[in-house]
Amino acid sequence: MSLTPDQLERIALLARIEVGPEELSGVTERLNRVLGLIDQLQALDTRGIEPMSHPLDAHLTPPPRLRADEATETDRREAYQKAAPAVSQGLYLVPKVIE
Amino acid sequence: MLNSSLSELSAALAAKRVSSVELTRQFLARIRSLNGKLNAFITVDEEHSLGQALVADQRRAGKGHAEAGPLTGIPIAHKDIFCTKGLRTTCGSRMLAGYTSPYDAHVIERFDAAGAVQLGKTNMDEFAMGSSNETSHFGPVRNPWDATRVPGGSSGGSATAVAARMAPAATGTDTGGSIRQPAALTGVSGLKPTYGVVSRYGMIAFASSLDQGGPIGKSAADLALLMNAMAGFDARDSTSLEREPEDYARHLNLDLQGLRIGLPKEFFAEGVDAEVLARVRDAVKWFESQGAKTVEIALPNTGLAVPVYYVLAPAEASSNLSRFDGVRYGHRAKDYADLNDLYRRTRAEGFGTEVKRRILIGTYVLSHGYYDAYYLKAQKVRRLIAKDFADAFARCDLIMGPTSPSTAFALGAKADDPVQMYLNDIFTIPAPLAGLPGLSIPCGFDGKGLPVGLQLMGNYFAEAKMLGAAHRYQQATDWHLRAPTETPL
Repeated sequence: MSLTPDQLERIALLARIEVGPEELSGVTERLNRVLGLIDQLQALDTRGIEPMSHPLDAHLTPPPRLRADEATETDRREAYQKAAPAVSQGLYLVPKVIE
Repeated sequence: MLNSSLSELSAALAAKRVSSVELTRQFLARIRSLNGKLNAFITVDEEHSLGQALVADQRRAGKGHAEAGPLTGIPIAHKDIFCTKGLRTTCGSRMLAGYTSPYDAHVIERFDAAGAVQLGKTNMDEFAMGSSNETSHFGPVRNPWDATRVPGGSSGGSATAVAARMAPAATGTDTGGSIRQPAALTGVSGLKPTYGVVSRYGMIAFASSLDQGGPIGKSAADLALLMNAMAGFDARDSTSLEREPEDYARHLNLDLQGLRIGLPKEFFAEGVDAEVLARVRDAVKWFESQGAKTVEIALPNTGLAVPVYYVLAPAEASSNLSRFDGVRYGHRAKDYADLNDLYRRTRAEGFGTEVKRRILIGTYVLSHGYYDAYYLKAQKVRRLIAKDFADAFARCDLIMGPTSPSTAFALGAKADDPVQMYLNDIFTIPAPLAGLPGLSIPCGFDGKGLPVGLQLMGNYFAEAKMLGAAHRYQQATDWHLRAPTETPL
């Protein structure tokens, strides 16, 4: 399977990454090399095999922990917002989205 | 002091032969003299380190809040992927070049509680995506054995810091080999623990089903001490395992008589550098001379580990890195038309080429119509790879082979071809796919004087035994004590 520059533009839109017109063919070419590598998987018959999403086998994995429904965090808004590019009155600022 | 083991440093501190402040000063001076050449550290704050050293000295003198432990007063370098309240955390990216975390990673809390000194934050491939440390926004790290070569990655700064004796020990993280491969290429020891043993809290996420923190040090005995501090349950990481604390040094005098060592034929195949194979075989022979038995085993899906990894890791990364949007933290583009444009430009500017490539691959393999063919398919092959290991460990106690198919390669040699770079991790990717622990220790040099790494893989939670086997080897050899020629002591 390989991507065309048009398809790559669509993926870049989904990924919210701007890919300039001058980069498009280079990025597509290298991505297709990687897809060529990945395509080796298609040769293997995996019928009847369960997908593995967690690296430890089930017997090693404890049941999900559930904590009591109690507030455990203190309000640290000011500390957290110190790292933000733009805040005002405790709010994160972004460009206008509703006219 | 620069070449001392952690237990030697600990004994010197306990006997007041040296203070933590003096020790920290020595390593800071070493960093000052070598970092311009090697670029192993991104951030060093001498005042911050010396302040912690002073507190450690007070603790050693019995004037602290807690009793001194083996690591109290020992300076340790941290990969810049671990969030630190007191020092900026960049993850090797322009995106976080000005970021200081409001909290500490669990691993940092652990070392702070042990009284260790934060020596600085080490350079790394951007967001841990790379095998050469060339994708860092802060420039490549250079290999202290030959500065025209790469140190490996992604924990290249940590490995180089230890190899060049700029730090007695360091932390790293391993997703597909990022502790073991740079350890091998720089001639130091590095352990990737069983998935879930070290908390991922505050460790900036790359691929969450694979990421695992671990130690990098000069010897297996040092790694055991570091693991005693790093490992342990943490409720803030949902995959952290609730287990009784263990002493990772308890098997250091492991009896090698009758130890069954599996040699996977896929790890001794064509395509591996002949000198690397010869050094690894020499090491295996030494274990045999101590009474260990070798067993030929097969890990038949080894060749598919790299393709599986380059579906799963980018898929997880594309999700994890969606948080970098220029709104809550990190870089924000200056010019944008609207909110979407803000996201797209911020991410285009803030991420480097390799990170963007992986996000795009991940977005593609998860997109509508391709999910089954790529993502589910890779998860199925992942299970086959895990099953290969389960079958192998029915017949052997430890698996040995090369950590990397070659010694350190030249800067720029693979930078332009992602597939060549990815294939370099063929022997380190299988263990994390199965969640298994892996260890790399130095086992000699090639004709160019570059270090060769021996990889040991064990069953789940076999870290202490692996460290024991490695320690026995290091008692009989001195590869791990050799300091790089380019950075004489």
